[in-house]
Amino acid sequence: MPDAVPAPDAAVQLLDPSGTRREDARWGALVSGVGAEQLRERYRDMALVRRFDAEATALQRQGELALWASGTGQEAAQVGAARALAPQDHVFPTYREHGIAWVRGVDPLQVLSLYRGASHGGWDPRASGFHPYTLVIGAQLPHATGYAMGVQRDGDVATGDPARDTAVLACFGDGASSQGEVSEALNWAAVFRAPVVFFCQNNGWAISSPTSRQFAAPLARRAEGFGVPGVQVDGNDVLAVEAVVREAADRARSGGGPTLVEALTFRVAAHTTSDDSSRYRPREEDELWATRDPLTRVEAHLRATGGADDAFFDAVRAEGDELGARVRRGVREMADPEPLSMFDHAYAGDHPLVAQERAWLEGWIATEPEEAR
Amino acid sequence: MTTTATRPAPHAEATAPTTLTLAKAITAALHDAMAADEKVLLMGEDIGRLGGVFRVTDGLQAAFGEDRVVDTPLAEASILGTAVGLALRGYRPVCEIQFDGFVYPAFSQIVSQLAKMPARLAGAGTVPVVVRIPYGGGIGAVEHHSESPEAYFAHTAGLRVIAPATPQDAYWMLRQALTQPDPVVVMEPKRRYWDKGAVTAGAASLAEAPALHSARVARPVSAERAAAGGAVTVVAYGPTVRVALDAAQAAAEEGVELEVVDLRSLSPLDTGTVVESAQRTGRVVVVHEAPVFLGMGAEVAARVTEAAFHSLEAPVLRVGGFAVPYPAARVEEHYLPDAERLLDAVDRVLAR
Repeated sequence: MPDAVPAPDAAVQLLDPSGTRREDARWGALVSGVGAEQLRERYRDMALVRRFDAEATALQRQGELALWASGTGQEAAQVGAARALAPQDHVFPTYREHGIAWVRGVDPLQVLSLYRGASHGGWDPRASGFHPYTLVIGAQLPHATGYAMGVQRDGDVATGDPARDTAVLACFGDGASSQGEVSEALNWAAVFRAPVVFFCQNNGWAISSPTSRQFAAPLARRAEGFGVPGVQVDGNDVLAVEAVVREAADRARSGGGPTLVEALTFRVAAHTTSDDSSRYRPREEDELWATRDPLTRVEAHLRATGGADDAFFDAVRAEGDELGARVRRGVREMADPEPLSMFDHAYAGDHPLVAQERAWLEGWIATEPEEAR
Repeated sequence: MTTTATRPAPHAEATAPTTLTLAKAITAALHDAMAADEKVLLMGEDIGRLGGVFRVTDGLQAAFGEDRVVDTPLAEASILGTAVGLALRGYRPVCEIQFDGFVYPAFSQIVSQLAKMPARLAGAGTVPVVVRIPYGGGIGAVEHHSESPEAYFAHTAGLRVIAPATPQDAYWMLRQALTQPDPVVVMEPKRRYWDKGAVTAGAASLAEAPALHSARVARPVSAERAAAGGAVTVVAYGPTVRVALDAAQAAAEEGVELEVVDLRSLSPLDTGTVVESAQRTGRVVVVHEAPVFLGMGAEVAARVTEAAFHSLEAPVLRVGGFAVPYPAARVEEHYLPDAERLLDAVDRVLAR
């Protein structure tokens, strides 16, 4: 059986697990503007997202959330990709893109409302460029591609105006790569040269299935067959991901068409809080990936180069505590939606059957005894 | 993007009625909708240079360019999936599915994405995608080219489903579908594509059009005649409206009057028009090509029974396809409900 999780060493890497920044003429140049200050920002993003994730896991254990899909371990892939985007770019996420949501300014409580069962999302993609979480695996990739076709038709590609040219980040995982729609979307975007960055976070596992059950050749190599560039990147290296996605997004915005990026990372937790990874995942794998942690290497680099000291890390930790408190309070105070709100957005226009059923439920609720409400 | 072609002027005013086939009425509706709204674009297999396998989009790529009449890769799931994305960007895609039996690769996108996206967005956006599906049998085709999958879509909350039966309705209902905010599945009766009828086109004509989701009494029976007994309401839509009208002519020769209600819209369903007719005649037969089991007829029968129970003189009967995969074309005439089978049901509700 082949190695279930390819080693990220062969992939693009700018900051190795020990925290040493590598010289790299091609990829390094794309993040030459990321100095100590910018690295501190990315560290802060990753640390707060990890703290948020831990808080969400705890809230699920306390019965406040119906489910939680942890993104722990994938912070560098998500923060790096999001930091490579421009404000006008758009993201079509899976259900685990909490780090990208964070960078795009989506309220973390809105994300938790989905996992609490209080909404199906409900944030405004027009405000953040961050579209709703998609739970059907791979279904969002054709959406991203179609959205990018709209971008083309709006003339928002290859104008040379950095505030106008637009890329679309299409997120998926190693498991999704087996879905037909993922291949369809890659092919479709290639045929129309649509401005899409296909961003796969290969985290090693699709619930209990290792990547060896999803593909027999490295995913990034699939790009060649579609006629698009493919890059494999160390997904636990925030700098490398930012560089690789920046190049791909620049290519998309300038009319060069789609790119397939495979970020090698690791799902540290189980698939969700309903899953138990000890039933299928060898312990050694967790131990191996613990040595490749995305935050540790940035902290090591910042400390070694004098880019940050204890005061900085203490401040980030304190900010995490505040975020945790805000999230705990927000979830516990989160009101259930009004029952009749289920009818609000079934249709945008008038619908007599929906109106009739809404009126019926309204009357039914009104006649219920107070204590049953 | 490159292609911008000269566009013919839109029909701004209602034109005098012209005789069009149902297919050409759809062509005219698409043309006029595209001229009226630059966000409308067409997507599908072979719809551009070829004009579609039924030539419904004939001439539209020449008129509006390749960016607005898009010959897509051969991938139905992505035709729908990319349409969802385009709609999120503010476009109004019209997807052509080449034949009814080829819609299923796109089924997940229609049911799990298109239909549910508005609820997911909770008001922060709409997805006004129109899905055109040439449907139904009777054209002597091979497998997958003769099916009637309308109940799947009508059963899915979030979708609107319409089935025009006449060229005029085809024109009007397409135009109306392309100016409202929700996803619409258009079931196009392909064996009636070549039926001709008078069509008043143009934006001004839309003022005369009935509401998109209203049923139409295609053949009325007078209140006096209904009160005298021996009248039956026949509920049909799409290709079976013609079947019902043919049956009505034959029945009239035997002194039985059929009031034919053309549903036009399958979701939402204009229950009021059907119930009102049922209350006058006391007898109802529903006819469609789809299998009777769990078909639209079941819903009509249930709603009529609930709303007009005390007016009914007989159980509501259903006439339609059998609980088998659509048969080989050489025997499809035995599968499809025709006037004879409909009249047999009429006899049964009249206890004749």
